[in-house]
Amino acid sequence: MVPLLYYQLLSAALFGIGLYGVLARRSAVLIVLSIELMLNAVNINLIAAASYLNGIGRVIAIFVITVAAAEVGLAFAIILRMYRNRGTVNVDEINLLKW
Amino acid sequence: MIIQTIMFYVLAVGTVGAGVMVIASRNPVHSVLFLILAFFNSAGLFVMMGAEFLAMILIIVYVGAVAVLFLFVVMMLDINFAELRAGFLQYLPIGGVIGIILLAELVMVFASGAIEIEVPTNVASPTPPPDEVTNTQALGDVLYTRYAYLFQGAGFILLIAMVGAIVLTHRRRTDVRRQRIADQVARDPKAAVRLTDIEPGAEGTWKSD
Repeated sequence: MVPLLYYQLLSAALFGIGLYGVLARRSAVLIVLSIELMLNAVNINLIAAASYLNGIGRVIAIFVITVAAAEVGLAFAIILRMYRNRGTVNVDEINLLKW
Repeated sequence: MIIQTIMFYVLAVGTVGAGVMVIASRNPVHSVLFLILAFFNSAGLFVMMGAEFLAMILIIVYVGAVAVLFLFVVMMLDINFAELRAGFLQYLPIGGVIGIILLAELVMVFASGAIEIEVPTNVASPTPPPDEVTNTQALGDVLYTRYAYLFQGAGFILLIAMVGAIVLTHRRRTDVRRQRIADQVARDPKAAVRLTDIEPGAEGTWKSD
């Protein structure tokens, strides 16, 4: 089998890409997309660890998927609301709560 | 063996490449489609790791529900994404630096083996060898027994997310006439109905208008 390290490196790379997307993109929709990428990286890591070391990672992965689905639903409700109220999804302009 | 390695590289390169394109693509619809591609490749990796049930869950939940939701939202919002990209370079240095630092840290941690991952032997193994039970059965065995409370908690999270999404996006329209059941039920029959004696042949005092 492919060594566990390869899967861990893959998940690290995906997590880095997602983190970059969260930090660098300004559209709220793309930020949510990047968060999904990061969650996917976490899932890969969990399942790889569970497969090679026989832990409980797969059960945790199910919960990660569940919470991610709930999070996406709420995030898009908030984005739609934001767009209706402010007419933009640019996170630079949504600064009402910023000091 | 060699086929497994080749498959791993194909799927890994596909996942990372699609992930990069999610971030880099100009059109948000393309971003969503690349995210779907990344999820398909990850599902392939899950199958390689022997987690078939999770691979199917990933495709059904993400590609079937979440990605379609993404597409709906992207198409519902009439956003000028080109305008959003105007200051793209503004955050490139800080985002790139933090991303690369974190990536380097993760790589070093994994590669050096600094964390000795050990699973206690008393933890129930959710995945016995495939010749004993199937993947789905192994997950169900622990999910509904040992992790029953977490399972309930996940259900509550989904319920709250559903209620929250409905409350946030619901609009009460004022220009439609709707049935007000509470008013109808609360109406007093004595006040609503009036009996009047009318002489036969005489012109009634009651007029309809």
